[in-house]
Amino acid sequence: MTFTAPDIDYAGISPVIALTAGICVVLLAGAFAGRRQRLVTSALSFVTLATAAGLCIWQWGEREDLVAGALRLDELGLAVALLAIVAAAFVIPLAWREDAFDPDAGPGGPGEFQALLLSSVLGMVLLAQAQNLIVLFVALELLSVPLYALCGAARRRSQSLESGLKYLIVGSLGSATLLYGLAFVYGGSGSTDFNAIREAIGGGLADDPLILIGIALSAVGLAFKLSIAPFHQWTPDVYEGAPTPVTAFMAVATKAAAFAVLVRFFEVALGPAAGDWRPALAALAVVSIVVGNVGALGQGSLKRLLGYSGVAQAGYMLVGVIAFSEAGVNALVFYLAGYTAMNLAAFGVITLRERQTPFGDDIRSVQGLAAERPALAIALTVSMLGLAGLPGTVGFVGKLFLIEAAVDADYTWLGVAIAVGTMISLAYYLRVTAAVWMRPGAEPEPGAPAGPPTPALAGGSQEADAAGARCRTIVAITLLAAAATVVFGIIPQPLVEWAADAGASLFASLPGP
Amino acid sequence: MLNVLLWLPLAAGLLCLVAPRKLVGATMLAGTLATLGVAIALVADFSTGSGAIQHAVDEAWIPDLGVRYQLGVDGISLFLVVLTALAWAAAVGFSLQRQREGRRNYYFLLGLAETATLGAFLAQDLLLFVLFFDLMLVPFFFLIGTYGTGEAIAATMKMIVYTLVGSLLMLVGAIATAMLASEATGELTFSMAELRANLLSEGSQDWIFCFFAAAFLVKMPAFPIHGWMPDAYRAAPLPVLALLAGVLSKVAAYGFLRVALPIFPDAAIRFQELILVVAVASILYGSVMAFTQTNVRLIAGYSSIAQLGFITLGIFALRGDGADGAVLQMVNHGLVVVPIFLIVALLAERAKTEDLRGMGGLAMRAPVLTAMFLIVTLATLAMPGSANFIGEFYILNGIFQEKIVYAVVASAGVALAAFYSLRLFQRAMHNRLPSGIRSREISLRDGLVLGPLVAVIVALALYPGLVLERGEGAVQDKIAAVEARSDTVALGVRRVE
Repeated sequence: MTFTAPDIDYAGISPVIALTAGICVVLLAGAFAGRRQRLVTSALSFVTLATAAGLCIWQWGEREDLVAGALRLDELGLAVALLAIVAAAFVIPLAWREDAFDPDAGPGGPGEFQALLLSSVLGMVLLAQAQNLIVLFVALELLSVPLYALCGAARRRSQSLESGLKYLIVGSLGSATLLYGLAFVYGGSGSTDFNAIREAIGGGLADDPLILIGIALSAVGLAFKLSIAPFHQWTPDVYEGAPTPVTAFMAVATKAAAFAVLVRFFEVALGPAAGDWRPALAALAVVSIVVGNVGALGQGSLKRLLGYSGVAQAGYMLVGVIAFSEAGVNALVFYLAGYTAMNLAAFGVITLRERQTPFGDDIRSVQGLAAERPALAIALTVSMLGLAGLPGTVGFVGKLFLIEAAVDADYTWLGVAIAVGTMISLAYYLRVTAAVWMRPGAEPEPGAPAGPPTPALAGGSQEADAAGARCRTIVAITLLAAAATVVFGIIPQPLVEWAADAGASLFASLPGP
Repeated sequence: MLNVLLWLPLAAGLLCLVAPRKLVGATMLAGTLATLGVAIALVADFSTGSGAIQHAVDEAWIPDLGVRYQLGVDGISLFLVVLTALAWAAAVGFSLQRQREGRRNYYFLLGLAETATLGAFLAQDLLLFVLFFDLMLVPFFFLIGTYGTGEAIAATMKMIVYTLVGSLLMLVGAIATAMLASEATGELTFSMAELRANLLSEGSQDWIFCFFAAAFLVKMPAFPIHGWMPDAYRAAPLPVLALLAGVLSKVAAYGFLRVALPIFPDAAIRFQELILVVAVASILYGSVMAFTQTNVRLIAGYSSIAQLGFITLGIFALRGDGADGAVLQMVNHGLVVVPIFLIVALLAERAKTEDLRGMGGLAMRAPVLTAMFLIVTLATLAMPGSANFIGEFYILNGIFQEKIVYAVVASAGVALAAFYSLRLFQRAMHNRLPSGIRSREISLRDGLVLGPLVAVIVALALYPGLVLERGEGAVQDKIAAVEARSDTVALGVRRVE
């Protein structure tokens, strides 16, 4: 038996190559750069991400199968890859002063952090393009394993370790379930290729028990990654325990990549069985909207609050998948982009306040923010109002888009569910806003350690200036994310067209209706 | 022209954020006065007798989603726009000397609020209307929460959750309307004119109408969904409260006339009785509560519920004269409520309390203030000779010919209005001066704010035709939409019988 190497279009996989090369370079540079390793590795990571982003933009508009059909190059994959890259680029300055990644605080250091982050991005880029069950699973693990390590990176905080371990265990359970489901799909259809599975199911396998079990198990497995209720229990704990920059990255990029693969797997491979999975996913969406929003109501920790809010938002976005139409995918990609901007703005503020106040990520850390740091107050307010879907922000247009897709697909009641969820969510988003503008700054409790809990900031005369400068960087990028939230809320058309490309590309690849 | 009108207040508000400290208030006042100027120019430029949309602006906004940036003004919205501009100018003028803290944000929020309110009145695209309707809440959330007194945060949360519950459902309703209509035409559009031309099936109209009605009735507020009102009214700063009661409540009534009647005519006919019951209940409840309260803010607040009940009654008479009266009464009520709350602020400054029992005798040494208050009071209780009398007369006439029972009950509200308005006036201005309180004449600055408002009330009393003539064409247009359907519905009912 002879083995023929597949024909590889290197231009098509150039973003993947760039990221892989970047990981190697960053790791090596981290080992050799000595005292300036933080600066060197960060700069190199930026170069890697910028190169990958540039290559993605270069490939925009190309639609073809890569590496013997293992990957699909299209706008959907590239759009999500860009979101993951933007999130990573946002997180690197965010983590600059983070304790957990400070080489002085113990073994390891930024070289490791950047390399792990880039590996995760690589996993996301692959996942967004995966068109084969094997690639899907490998990419998902490539995405997840670095995140397990990153969550536990603050080794001196038991919470962080707990977070990493919890994520590892629950994540493995999710992966195992997914793998089991993929095996059933393969067993039922006899192929690992999405298009071949589609043909097999279209050929009369839609009611095959193997396929049905496969659909159910893989939906559950992906729901773990997406933190869709009732598979979300890990989310608040992991979000709270992980170092905040990692939480920001997880909240945004993981969700985008997992949604991309969910859409591609369900709408391409399992498309002919849509009648089976649409009602099931609709039930999951409603449960997620209710559980996420109700769960967020009583949270004191901002990271937990955003964790629950993420559960609810995943429920909203799932509606875009359930719509099973081009409009649905457009809405999903649009919402993902908006969600990225809104969440990054919020996490930027939380990261800064963790360092500036002794309250950690508690809601007290942002009390009286309007008087103390008006720029941050505006960023956080815009982010909260956007997540709540108030007009003038990208969140409003996103919800409009999703509800239109839902109504168009005869799922009007899901549109109503989004509206009802939004009502509940106002109570907690506005609670944060009220704390920012209407409450006086909180006083530290007597006995609590005064000042911010990061000793690295205090005293170090040489470092202090640099720290101030970096904080300005974080403020700047946070404001940038907030500005994007408002600008795309007022002039959404460019982003709408960008998302429409992604939706069109997915359905263009399908043979006939 | 409408673009300038709409965005000028927001531009002034943004300018306030960067203007030199001393000029912040002046900037905003100039901005609102300029807006008022544009609004008055709009009236002068208006061609009377036409029911069509004038000064239309129509640009693509989000073509992929079918949303257009469509503005326009007709006889219904014309004077509400003027009322908005006038009320905001008064509120800003009144705040100049009083609002000392956080003035930049305060004026910015006021500017944003005015733009949003004008946007709701001007929008001719259903989704744009919903957008501005929701956007109005955001600045008021901050204005009440940040600058309010007492339990301001709880009150403002309650208000926004209550009102957004309605308006989010309205968003779904608006999207469903456009999507369902597009199934017939194949083109997705939120344009109100297009939606009127392609009415939905009766079943769809019913539930979508309910969503819209919920949003409007909460916003008014109408009994029994007024739960946010007392807390918010207690907490809000008085100039803001004047806007809330004087202008924002009108957006809801306006919404019925602009959206609910023409786009869901079948449902409007079907739910007529229900809405009329709510309206009459609001009149009675509001009047009785206004009579029993001692907090002057709440007296004015509950009287607003009653007055809004009258306006709803007029609209849902589903007859030309009733709706004519409702349009006039919307303007009238805005014109009297804004000065009432400003006067309440003056009284509270003099008496050091907002409790009616602690007031009295303020008429001494303040003849000008008393005269102004008296004019406003008489207008509130719809004294014959006031424009309010004409408005209420039209409304009652309309409903009398349609549903006589409701007219009889509602008439009681007219009598009750005399009770609570005169009680407010007498208790505050007459009687004995409580010890420790000094009566003071109105200052020149406040006089310059209140004077024009009172002058407009008097002017409108002399010539209400100004509003009625211009409103008639558009009102006929909206009512005709319902009447055209009511014939077919009536036939259907008869056939069922």
